[in-house]
Amino acid sequence: MKFLDIVRSAIQNSFRNKLRTGLTVIAIFIGAFTLTITSGIGTGVTAYINGQVSAIGAADVLTITKAADATATASDGPAAYDPSKSTTVSLGNGSRPGSTIQALTAADLAKIKATAGILSVDPAVRVSPDYVEYADNGKFELTVSQTGTITTADLAAGTQLDNSSSSDQLLLPTTYLKNLGYANAQAAVGTPVSIGITDYTGTQQTVTATVVGVQNETLLGSGAALNRSLVAHLHTVAITGEPAGVSAGYATAVAHFDASATKAEISTIKADLSAQGYSSQTVADTIGAFETVINVIIGVLNAFAVIALIAAGFGIVNTLLMSVQERTREIGLMKAMGMNGGRVYALFSMEAVFIGFLGSALGVVAAIGVGSLISNLLANGIFSALPGLQVVQFAPASIAIIVGVVMLIAFLAGTLPARAAARQNPIDALRYE
Amino acid sequence: MSVPVLSAQVIGKSYGSGANRFDALKGVSLDIQAGESVAIVGKSGSGKSTLMHLLALLDDPDSGVLLVEGTDAKKLKAKELNRLRNQDFGFVFQQFFLTANATVLENVVLPLTIAGVGAKERKARGMAALEQLELADKAKNKAKNLSGGQKQRAVIARALVNNPKVIFADEPTGNLDSATGTVVEDILFKLNKENGITLIIVTHDTELAARCDRQIFIRDGLEETADSPTGTHKRGGAHS
Repeated sequence: MKFLDIVRSAIQNSFRNKLRTGLTVIAIFIGAFTLTITSGIGTGVTAYINGQVSAIGAADVLTITKAADATATASDGPAAYDPSKSTTVSLGNGSRPGSTIQALTAADLAKIKATAGILSVDPAVRVSPDYVEYADNGKFELTVSQTGTITTADLAAGTQLDNSSSSDQLLLPTTYLKNLGYANAQAAVGTPVSIGITDYTGTQQTVTATVVGVQNETLLGSGAALNRSLVAHLHTVAITGEPAGVSAGYATAVAHFDASATKAEISTIKADLSAQGYSSQTVADTIGAFETVINVIIGVLNAFAVIALIAAGFGIVNTLLMSVQERTREIGLMKAMGMNGGRVYALFSMEAVFIGFLGSALGVVAAIGVGSLISNLLANGIFSALPGLQVVQFAPASIAIIVGVVMLIAFLAGTLPARAAARQNPIDALRYE
Repeated sequence: MSVPVLSAQVIGKSYGSGANRFDALKGVSLDIQAGESVAIVGKSGSGKSTLMHLLALLDDPDSGVLLVEGTDAKKLKAKELNRLRNQDFGFVFQQFFLTANATVLENVVLPLTIAGVGAKERKARGMAALEQLELADKAKNKAKNLSGGQKQRAVIARALVNNPKVIFADEPTGNLDSATGTVVEDILFKLNKENGITLIIVTHDTELAARCDRQIFIRDGLEETADSPTGTHKRGGAHS
């Protein structure tokens, strides 16, 4: 029997008992549908995160903090006082409430600078402006994005910050536009805004800066991004009236390394820093943490889908065993007419594979339809604040893998009935009375 | 004397073991020459079907030797056995064994499909066989929609489609009324006379057996030594 004839008869045979085949196909359909949706979510979210990471740029930047003091664990009680150690600083908003870390001193910065692979290091100056105001439209609180200065923004309008410029520039998040009194993103570009900041003595002063662009919201938060000049300007204002001798301590420092560094080289730098007592993170590391959580969730969902498919596999075993029983005589006849066991085996295996293919193809097609619909609804609904997030996306490769895996499961499920069929004795099958 | 198509030498077959052991065939010898028509006659349970299965190489004898055109069947490889059954043998069964939902043509070309013959040639040869049995107009009908006589003709067409040397017919008229049965018998004997196909018919119908060149009577797993079919006929009819 030719391969094509085997395929053709297998397909015909599987439609002989339409109800039974249909029910088995539904079982596989459910598993394939679930698997496609969950993998679609994985693809969508990963694509979004990767897009964010590449849009943010700053691949050559490490954010460095002093590693937590290993000896100061709760069970050991407080660590012995070390006068050379700097004071702790609060990390401010965005971090765990009440959490503090050791501040980085000038000595620390020098040590970081000396580490192999580090090109430059700058203390991250943290400024806390009170408000932002545009053209007497009222004062609004201004949150500053800590990473905004060094990263590349996903722009809705305007241009990126110019850190080498001596003019004071900032990027506003899209969410600020309405309150500040702009008609749209384009209208904000190039306008001056006044930023209020309180100095060391408690006097409020005003700094004027130009809006060079408007950025979409990202996973990294929705603060305004300030260029280096503006940060320095605001910092100068903030420390006005500070008594001499107040030691400068920084929560974090930003180090640059060679932008063409490989992953291994970055790991080496991080290991070196870690050995010296500093913890460091690239932007990709920060965003990668989101991805890990999402991957775990998707992994669990996939596991459930695979369990559903295994259950469906037993459905195939059942369907085909009944089919073998019903077709005892037909099998006997074919064997009597010189069909060898291998071909009989292939015929029933092919039938199982076809049922698997049918269920998975239908499941995948339905999942793509439903997934795209839901994804569009969500993108315009609850995820409208995250432009570019298509929560369910389908990669052709992963869909092909799903169909392939389902067909493999179906093939394995078919082995038992196919063996039973191949072993049929023509005499037993043809005996009557 | 030419080499017989099939030659059985004291073949025996038993089923089960121990207390359940049942000797279906206790040692039968026979030679079948090419072009002969042979009837294997016996009551149900006599072992006649077992004998046919052994001759058709569907089963292996426990004892004795079976020669196919002079070759020991035991020495044939599985592949060779399948080829032999596929191309040299045709089967006609009392119960037809047609696939109900497939078309008549699909049923008839099954041996060709198994042999791996291409679709076009399959159709041509299948239609030729159907025309020979005057069933060409039913080629596209589902097998289940045929009458009993048409079904048996379709089965004969299926047995013929590979141009076999031997046709094994197991109670070919058992499920048919006598008029239709006679038509089917005529077809089979015509094939035997005109195409030289060796005919081996298993039956308990003595009239059908009498139309064959030779009769082999099987009783309790052994061949009954009878000089003529009429002698056995008398013995068999003594009680009735």
